[in-house]
Parts: sequence; structure tokens; C-alpha cells
Amino acid sequence: MTRAKVTAPGLKRRLGWAGLLAWAALGLPGISVADDVNSTGLAVTEDTVKVGILHSITGTMAISETGSVQAEKLAIEQINAQGGVLGRKIEYIQEDGASDWPTFAEKARKLLVNDKVATVFGCWTSASRKAVLPVFEQYNGMLYYPTFYEGLEQSPNVIYTGQEATQQILASIDWVVKEKGAKTFYLLGSDYIWPRTSNKIARKHIEKKGLKVVGEEYYPLGHTQFNSVINKIKLRKPDVIFASVVGGSNVAFYKQLKAAGIDLTKEKPLLLTISVTEDEILGIGGENVEGAYASMKYFQSLDNPNNEAFVKAFKERWGDDIVIGDVTQAAYLGPWLWKAAVEKAGSFDVDKIREVFPGIELKTAPEGYVRIHENHHLWSKARIGQAQKDGQYKVVYETEDLMEPDPFPEGYK
Amino acid sequence: MFADYSMPELMSIFAMQGFAGLSLFSIFVLMALGLAIIFGQMGVINMAHGEFMILGAYTTYLTAGLFETVMPGLYGIYFFVAMFLAFIASALLGMLVEWLMIRHLYHRPLDTLLATWGLSLILQQAYRSIFGAREVGVSLPDWMMGSIAVTDLVEIPINGLIVMMLTLVIATLVYLLMFRSGWGRQVRAVVQNRPMAEAVGIDTGKVDRITFALGCGIAGVAGAAFTMIGSTGPTSGQLYIVDTFLVVVFGGAQSLLGTIASAFTISQAQSTMEFFLSGSMAKVLTLLVVVGILMLRPQGLFALKVRR
Repeated sequence: MTRAKVTAPGLKRRLGWAGLLAWAALGLPGISVADDVNSTGLAVTEDTVKVGILHSITGTMAISETGSVQAEKLAIEQINAQGGVLGRKIEYIQEDGASDWPTFAEKARKLLVNDKVATVFGCWTSASRKAVLPVFEQYNGMLYYPTFYEGLEQSPNVIYTGQEATQQILASIDWVVKEKGAKTFYLLGSDYIWPRTSNKIARKHIEKKGLKVVGEEYYPLGHTQFNSVINKIKLRKPDVIFASVVGGSNVAFYKQLKAAGIDLTKEKPLLLTISVTEDEILGIGGENVEGAYASMKYFQSLDNPNNEAFVKAFKERWGDDIVIGDVTQAAYLGPWLWKAAVEKAGSFDVDKIREVFPGIELKTAPEGYVRIHENHHLWSKARIGQAQKDGQYKVVYETEDLMEPDPFPEGYK
Repeated sequence: MFADYSMPELMSIFAMQGFAGLSLFSIFVLMALGLAIIFGQMGVINMAHGEFMILGAYTTYLTAGLFETVMPGLYGIYFFVAMFLAFIASALLGMLVEWLMIRHLYHRPLDTLLATWGLSLILQQAYRSIFGAREVGVSLPDWMMGSIAVTDLVEIPINGLIVMMLTLVIATLVYLLMFRSGWGRQVRAVVQNRPMAEAVGIDTGKVDRITFALGCGIAGVAGAAFTMIGSTGPTSGQLYIVDTFLVVVFGGAQSLLGTIASAFTISQAQSTMEFFLSGSMAKVLTLLVVVGILMLRPQGLFALKVRR
């Protein structure tokens, strides 16, 4: 190891650039070990490796992204306590995307170019992911993205740890049709790409079964008046309200639904949502959403040893009254999947990690077992939970097998 | 599109849509009254109006917690105490802001826009630091969340009724205060001609401070009321600010009556169109109509005839 201690500038002076390259190419002992582990100049030393965390901690999205930041930090601390990755402690650099998409892109560039982080955990909205995508592809970084989203994307530089739309929607619609005898659906969402794509997939699936969509509607983000649509729902009497309303609108929607005399516990109509996690219930209030069904892959109440340990650790780290939603759990998977991939590849190089991705599995995931698909999404189970008054979900159904991620469903290619 | 429905169904839907329109109207009035006083009467473009509302909402949240732990027996009526406290909290903050910032900017109205926008960012971050970035759930007594079933289809939300009553009370109080009291006369005098008002011995500085505090206080009450229908988070105030300015500007900035007329027009147009079209299209059309009318009548629906 003595030769490795010669500093690079010193070597350069003695050998010149060509000499240095030749020397490196010869693969002399000492420096060659570091080369395998890190041949692209990432911020990796003998005993540390730098990673990035890129979420909004200010601005309107901070409400949602806080949980993800907490989960990622917890995972990193736990990995460090177990000895780190390839014997190196993880050090994180946290940047604030400030709920502003150009800022996300700028901070992503800073993390990849200036800080030379080995990987980045981050983003929440599709808009922020789309904004950083060109940066990650240009500088060959790797992003672990935690949110359930609309699909229709597959980048070599992103691992999607949340559900894509078909995983979330198909099983849940099958379930309400089979178990609840649903025949008519009312699709309602906030007006942007995720609810629109999700409803498109849902409509197709519903109509393929010969059932009927009696209404499909979108409201601007942040809309707070849902009385008119609630009246329409009353008039058309659907069996199921399929809701993908997000953010502050959620609170308004459920409060007004209750105030208008629609008691979700009576399931007439039944409400199936793909956008309300335990995090959102905190703002809505359990008594206002009680009885609604949500389709997710993770609920805090999941009964398995992995999840018990996870919830306990999370509460110890971030406080007893905290709740854990689907995305928070998916964010927690990021650092662990990365660790597994790095160790399998024996290197921090993004290209080498990418080669080993398909088949990387995690048996310790709080949601149970997950595996990375060739299309960079996760094989995972779909679950349905019913909201309880205390703000938790009771799991009423889970698919027997892992669902295959299908980011480009038929008819959308 | 009505062919599928029976006559009683249609009647009840019209009744409920009418109620929805009215409740939207009272919400708009409640949102806009505070701003109409500050923007209309004082000429201060208060971009932090939404944050004053959210201060009221957080006050309600804290009061709810207090009642739940200290005197659960009175929980059913905590909301009225909360609204009063919300008024006090927002008015006090308004007074402080006026003294620190706004009073230096009266002759630079456009700069108030920037200054209060900065203030709104500061307040948002303050809420985030104090209450956390997540939304808080304001729990309400059960009797406030229910509805009165008139027929099978027609159900009148109780919180809608409460908002309507509240709007009526506050609008009446503001009317009495502005047009039937000595203080209101002073305010109007300062609005119309500041140097002359000073010359006849009105303490314009004090009038300004109290007017601003009143506007903020009403925003606080509105915020408290909106915990019944909306979310409470550091940035929730942003959800209301656009609609609020829309109502005030469309009504004619200086006329309180105009504010009410414009709230009525916009709310009825929006809720009717929401029923026949989708939510997003209704919003687009409403905004288009407002833009169109403002192009023809830049001074808004109602304009005071004042000598300038």
C-alpha cells in the first residue's frame, strides 16, 4: 500500500499525464484496488463514500417530502451502524429542491458535478423527476426515486422504488369488482399527469371488464371547493369513487364529502383512493376519511417482523407520534437497494452497478420481499387497506404474488 | 343531459347546487373582506393575506388541542372561542407588521407588493419551523361535521351553514364599523384625502394601524372558519390568495359592496359551470370572463367616484 500514498499531483509531476495513465493502466498494486471500486472519480475514499439526498424541505411539497428525507437518513444511519458499504461509511450531502423544478435540476447538477456523489436519493413529484432526468443522464448519475407514479418512463439512470400506475390500479379495481360487486365508477383527480394517466389506465381496465365509468373529472391543484362534484356524484350514484386528488385539495375533498352526508363507512358509494397515505390522513383527520379504501404497496400497520423493526426504529429516531406512509417506506428501500447492488458489483461505478441491477433483491424490506426488474422498477405486492378512525389503515387484501412492474402498458407505448 | 333523471332528482340537485353556490359565495366574501379593507381602502397590496388566514387556522388548531386536554366538557363550543382568538392573533400580528414595515411604504404601493410577498415567505417558513412541514389535522366537534337531511337527496352541510352565518355577521359588523361609526368616517376620510384628514386633526397613523389590523383580523377569522373545509399547512394560504385578489379586483378595489357583488358573480358562475363542465374548464372559463370584463371595465364592477 505504500505506493498508493504517493499523492496524485506528486505522481503527475514525476510522470506527466501520459506516464500517469500508463502507470494506472498497468494496474500496479495499491492504486488498482481503488480503481475497481471507483474508476470514475466519485467521492469515495478508503473509508467513506458520499451520497446525495435531494428533496424539498421548503415550499409546498415539503409536506410530502419530509417523510422521505427521514426514511433515507434512517436507512443510511442503519447501514453505517452495520459497517457501511464495502467497508465505507456513508456520508450524505442534503440539498433542498425547494418545491421548484429548475432548482431540483440545478441541485442535481451540483451533487453530481461538484460533490461527485456516488448516488442520489430524491425527488417526489414527477415534475421534479423529469427536471433532473437530463442531468442524471448527462453525467451518468443514479437516482433512487420513491414515489408511486404514472409510469411511461424507464431511464437507465433511475431506480423507481415506488409502484408504477398499473401495479397500483389493476389489482385494486379487480378487487372492488370481485369482492364488492362494483359496476359503475366515478373517476376524480387533481389536474396533472399522474391522475390523468392513472384514470386512463383505470378506465381502460374497467371498460375491458364491460363495466361503466359514469364520470371522469379533474380539478386544478389546490382546489378547495368540491361541492359541485359531490352533487354530481350523488346524482349519478356510482358504486365506486376512484379518487386521485392530491395535496391540500385532499383535505377539502374529504371534509366536504363528509359534510355532504356521504358516510364512507357505509360504502355507498365506496371510495377507492390511490393518493391518500397515512401522511395525508394526518392532515385530513381520521374521522373524515374513515371507511375509505386505499391501494398502496405499504401500510404502517403491515404485520411482519421487518415492518415491526422498521416502525420501531423510525419512531425511535423521529418521534413517537410520527406516521409512515407508502412513499416513506419506498424511500427507505433506496439506500438498502443501492448497498445490495454496490456489494454485488464490488464497485461504486454506476455502469458496473447497472449491470447487476436485474435480480437485486431485498428480503428485509418493511413491505416484505422486493426485487429489481430489468425495467428498473420493483416487483412488489399490491395491497388494499381500509382507513380507520385513528388514522391507520387496516389491510384487507394483498395480492398473492409479486406484481410485475409494467411501466409501458398496452396502448400507451 | 337531464333526460336520465327524474323530476324530483333534478329539483333536489338544483336545490343543492344553489346551496353550493351560496356557500361558495360566503366563502369568497369571507376571504375577500379582509383584503378589501387593506387593499381597497388603504391601497396596500397584501400578498401575505393568505398567511394571516393560516395564522387563524393554526390558532384554531392550538385552541382545539387546549380544549381537548384542559376542558373536554366544553369541546363542543371551542370553535367560537377559537375564532375570537384567531381574530386577536392575526390582528396583533397585523398591527406589528404595519408598524414595522407597511407604514414606511404608504407612498410606494407597488413596493408593498414585494415587501408583503417577502413577509409571506417569512411567515410560511416560521409556520414550518414551529408546526412542522406536514399539514396538521384540526379536529372539529361532531355536530359541526354532519349534515341536515331534508330529503333523501338533499342534504345541507352544517359547516356550510355556519360559514354563511359567520359571513353575514362579519359583513354586517364591517358595514356598521365602516359606514355607521365615527371611526369608519375617519377611515374613509383618510382614504379619500390624507393631507386634509390630517389637517382636521385625524391621527392618520393610528387609523392606518387599526384598519390594517382589522383587515388582518378578519383574515384570521376566515382562516379559522376554513379549517372546516380546507387544509392547514404552512403553505395552505397560497391556495386562497389568487381567488381573493380576483374577487377584490373584479369588484372594484375601493368598494366593499363591489367585493360582495363580485363574490356573488364569480361564485355562481363557477359553481354552475362546475356542474355542467369539469372543474378545470370551469376555472378557465371563469377566469376568461373576469379578464374579459376587466378589459372593458378596468375599474372593476363598482367604482367609487372620487376626485383625484
